[in-house]
Amino acid sequence: MENILTIKGLAKSFTLHHLNRKIKAIEHINLSVKEGEFIGITGKSGSGKSTILRCIYRTYLPVQGEIWYRSKKFGLIDLAAATEREMVYLRKHEIGYVSQFLNVMPRTTARELVQQSIIEMGDSEEFAVKETGKILKHFELDSELWDSYPSTFSGGEKLRLNIATAMVKRPRLLLLDEPTASLDDASKQKVKVLIEQLMKEGTTMIGIFHDLEFMKDLCHQEYNIQQGESLVMTNS
Amino acid sequence: MNKFEYPVLSIRNLNKQFGPGCNHCQNQKESTLIKNYCPVCGTVYACQDISFDLYPGEILGIVGESGSGKSTLMRCLYFDQEVTSGEAILSTYEHGERNLFQESPQRKRYIRNHLMGKVYQNPLLGLKMDFTSIGNIAEKLISAGSRSVEEMEARGRELLEYVNIPAFRMKEAPKNFSGGMQQRVQIAKALSNRPPILLLDEVTTGLDLSVQASVLDLIKYLQREMNISMVVVSHDLGVIRMLADRSMVMLDGKVIEQGLTDQILEDPQSPYTQQLVHSLL
Ligand SMILES: Nc1ncnc2c1ncn2[C@@H]1O[C@H](COP(=O)(O)OP(=O)(O)OP(=O)(O)O)[C@@H](O)[C@H]1O
Ligand SMILES: Nc1ncnc2c1ncn2[C@@H]1O[C@H](COP(=O)(O)OP(=O)(O)OP(=O)(O)O)[C@@H](O)[C@H]1O
Ligand SMILES: [Mg+2]
Ligand SMILES: [Mg+2]
Ligand SMILES: [Zn+2]
Repeated sequence: MENILTIKGLAKSFTLHHLNRKIKAIEHINLSVKEGEFIGITGKSGSGKSTILRCIYRTYLPVQGEIWYRSKKFGLIDLAAATEREMVYLRKHEIGYVSQFLNVMPRTTARELVQQSIIEMGDSEEFAVKETGKILKHFELDSELWDSYPSTFSGGEKLRLNIATAMVKRPRLLLLDEPTASLDDASKQKVKVLIEQLMKEGTTMIGIFHDLEFMKDLCHQEYNIQQGESLVMTNS
Repeated sequence: MNKFEYPVLSIRNLNKQFGPGCNHCQNQKESTLIKNYCPVCGTVYACQDISFDLYPGEILGIVGESGSGKSTLMRCLYFDQEVTSGEAILSTYEHGERNLFQESPQRKRYIRNHLMGKVYQNPLLGLKMDFTSIGNIAEKLISAGSRSVEEMEARGRELLEYVNIPAFRMKEAPKNFSGGMQQRVQIAKALSNRPPILLLDEVTTGLDLSVQASVLDLIKYLQREMNISMVVVSHDLGVIRMLADRSMVMLDGKVIEQGLTDQILEDPQSPYTQQLVHSLL
């Protein structure tokens, strides 16, 4: 199997001008992921786990290193150096990101949100309607909520919708930053079923999970960050 | 890597100054200007060396504090004001081979009437407040060459309906309307000639939150349904976050930072942007 993602010497620091401070978040990060693999990243709080995912998604601008991603559209592309428009394309079509936080449009219902995320990929409206119904049902989002605004949802409901919105696109690479952090066991189980399903369909995933049991059950390989740098790989 | 798409609008090295400049400010601009202003001759350098590309169907955000040059930039793009220097290329005009800024006044009028739409920060500039709403739209259609009253009326109705102005109020003058409704009439008017490019200057400023949300919705809807490319100017980062995938930050007439909007918000690079973002939190 070919690598879908190869990270070489990635470093990220933050220069906080008004405080005259520089925060080193990660350094010397190397990591490779084969197509279809599920990689778990572990490490202490503040060790830089989220920073790695955010650099891949380019929410953070890496200061050093390369992030080679094998794109369907662009071939091999360095996400650390890709143009913004290339990133916009990849985010819409190939790379998904799920965190604990939901970014929603005002006056967009749950149903519309999921549908939009499918239509964005270029699928037909008819297909979007069908898929939306399926995934909202899977996550047992109360059907009364389908046509209301997510800003009024509970934390768990928001999270389930968030995951549904990202997963329904069946991205080639899915980044998961503690998506199950505040979910109860039943909801976690639903996420797990979906992750397993996506794995079967060949989606590559990199995930951070508080619940190590949950993660170890799923992942092919675990990378542990030690002292903000170098990942140590352990097969699980 | 090969380009996978081409911009609809390309702006290169746009400059706009008010005043003649003097030896002092023309030679060493950086060291002598106070913000964007020359203390010796009083020249204002409102836009300095601005370059950007706008791609099909995208919303490009521009943020910056009051006086940073956002409206001046928009006025230059819509030929409300002459640039001091610079280049603008529109892919749908003359095969993208002409600098729009150097076209004749007639050609500029043609471009304005057929290829662009603009919504002004101040509705007084975008609308005739005493005309009916539908009359405002007809005016733009006439300047784009329309002659049939029936057709114009039908198009006007369609557009006003589209922006949620109820049918029975279409013959009313915008001066009777609320701020949010006026902005929606402006949007309808700007859309009437089906422009590939829409310029929006602070469309939601001064509106209360729920009205603001409905205008933002409308903009997002336009992007989705009509695939129009838009430049959206706002001093409100929240508005930009909601609408734009990519953004630029302006300060004292210059673009000091540009990037993916979430990156600008989560990992701002310049001292000014960091301050701007932190004041939001
Ligand atoms: N946007 C930011 N600005 C400044 N510093 C940041 C930013 N994001 C992260 N950091 C810093 O980088 C370091 C790594 O943070 P990161 O969020 O990656 O850790 P983490 O391993 O995900 O921790 P946790 O398990 O608590 O989520 C921390 O010191 C953090 O304060
Ligand atoms: N006609 C003019 N003559 C002289 N100076 C001008 C003129 N128009 C604008 N300026 C100056 O150009 C600068 C940029 O103004 P502009 O209206 O573009 O700012 P802006 O970013 O839109 O601000 P705001 O957020 O307040 O709308 C300001 O310093 C302004 O005083
Ligand atoms: Mg984290
Ligand atoms: Mg302005
Ligand atoms: Zn001077």
